Amino acid sequence: MAAINRDDVAHLAQLAHIEMSDDELDRMATELAVIVDSVKSVSEAAGDDVPATSHPIPLTNVMREDVVGHVLTVDEALSGAPDSADGRFKVPAILEES
Amino acid sequence: MHVDTILSFDEAMEKYDPVLGFEVHVELNTKTKMFSSAPNAFGDAPNTNVNEVCLGLPGVLPVVNKKAVESSILIGLALNCKIAPHSTFARKQYFYPDTPKNFQTSQYDDPICYDGWIDIELEDGTVFHVEIERAHMEEDAGKLTHMGGSTGRIQGADFSLVDYNRSGVPLVEIVTKTIEGAGSRAPELAKAYVAAIREIVKNLGVSEAKMEHGNVRCDANVSLRPHGREKFGTRTETKNVNSLRAVENAVKFEIQRHAAVLDSGVAITQETRHWHEDTKSTTSGRPKSDADDYRYFPEPDLVPIVTTPEWVEELRSRLPEPPAERRKRLQADWGYTDLEFRDVVNAGLMDEIEETVAAGASAAAARKWWMGEIARRAKLADVDPAALGVSPAVVVEIEKLIASGAINDKLARKVLDGVLEGEGTPAEVVAKRGLAVVSDDGALQTAIDEALAAQPDVAEKIRGGKVQAVGAIVGGVMKVTRGQADAGRVRELILKTLGVEG
Repeated sequence: MAAINRDDVAHLAQLAHIEMSDDELDRMATELAVIVDSVKSVSEAAGDDVPATSHPIPLTNVMREDVVGHVLTVDEALSGAPDSADGRFKVPAILEES
Repeated sequence: MHVDTILSFDEAMEKYDPVLGFEVHVELNTKTKMFSSAPNAFGDAPNTNVNEVCLGLPGVLPVVNKKAVESSILIGLALNCKIAPHSTFARKQYFYPDTPKNFQTSQYDDPICYDGWIDIELEDGTVFHVEIERAHMEEDAGKLTHMGGSTGRIQGADFSLVDYNRSGVPLVEIVTKTIEGAGSRAPELAKAYVAAIREIVKNLGVSEAKMEHGNVRCDANVSLRPHGREKFGTRTETKNVNSLRAVENAVKFEIQRHAAVLDSGVAITQETRHWHEDTKSTTSGRPKSDADDYRYFPEPDLVPIVTTPEWVEELRSRLPEPPAERRKRLQADWGYTDLEFRDVVNAGLMDEIEETVAAGASAAAARKWWMGEIARRAKLADVDPAALGVSPAVVVEIEKLIASGAINDKLARKVLDGVLEGEGTPAEVVAKRGLAVVSDDGALQTAIDEALAAQPDVAEKIRGGKVQAVGAIVGGVMKVTRGQADAGRVRELILKTLGVEG
């Protein structure tokens, strides 16, 4: 069984900005361990000669030419914003990072 | 406010050996963004260059800009990097309002360019070999403006306003390996390294390369270790270093600050520092996150980039001459002294002089005009000489007019004024302003006769053999003809009129 403890889950929850109760943290520690174990079986199935897959569809170099396409109007861009001012998105001051 | 204690630079150098590392972000000048067809343009009204992809709206899909990939490979090739045959994108997750998706699309363990190097030449000719770890593709973030509070800085701000025009602009992040052995040249090397990267991407034509617009941005890593110790000290990463001088000053300041902290027996905190141009010092930012805090994983919405040798070689064939080699070649071709050439480079006039010489002027004449009259007028107008509005063709035409005797140096300056005032080509200005040298001997003779009549005593002196007195009459004629006479010819005619041997 993979070693995922309660502190690991609390750390992940904090990184992902997910609020979790004590009960949820306990439950997720067990459930995540099971999920990690399940995923691990994929690594066990693939030998060293099988390169890691980054994408399930065998396509490469899907690219577009450098040609300008459509843009939204400022009103359209801001239409989903909880708050705005001067044509810009208004967000709470964030102090821990800049 | 807390002020850090610092050691003098000399004392810091006596005790410690600096180790450097740089992350330089280069904004590409593609027409569109890295993963969407919204315009990549600087200075437009907020949120006018965005579409649903730049805003990270639900259900949208990114598509890679081919030109941006090619520009990234060109940068890698110019930095002597290997180009990865197979390269993928990854999500770098963090929560901050400059990134509406809550992740930045970047590259993680298989960057497109890796294992390169660049030789950096300092002003005295010392060369440092700097190794490049990687150059990877990613996207820029939006721009936050902190409002309220008293300082305009994030501390004390009431709220922030976000403009996503820059969100998704293609970036190439160039990361060096650790640079050892710079010693007291570390600040100078830092400046020279960033200058070299800026010059290379400008020369490649893949970036506007204006540091004042944030096209080239440097994060400088500094650590110190006592002399003789192999193990690196704890590093800090200084951000927001947005001019060449700031790069030099920030590295110097961090060396001095580290030295004082280490001297007091305290460990350096591994953290981000912010450079402040006003106080010429850094302040503590946030503690450095571990890499796994970003929870990188392969970007499921983008497929790998595969580079074939044919594609890479086709791009390699497009590489222009490297800037350092070009400078050496031009200086040799033009025969300028080191000082003359350095002045030209510092004035940003190398391209203009090269074009002027190519258009037919001599190297000496090209330098005389660009570094002289044109630079002087540019300074008065407070613009770069190259931006004044004089083209190489104008310089060549003025030089030809002088060589043919149609105008003299003094008139040429008036011709330049006319061109700058939009009166047309130099020949047109000469015609419109009537600036041609008066070469009609009849007109000159009239002016000479008048000047002699006005100063009979001087005329008498000359007749008496005082030939040097002719200057006063020449001056009179030049005044009447408003400088448009050939002074040598005037002198000849005066002496002939008076029957005196020159």
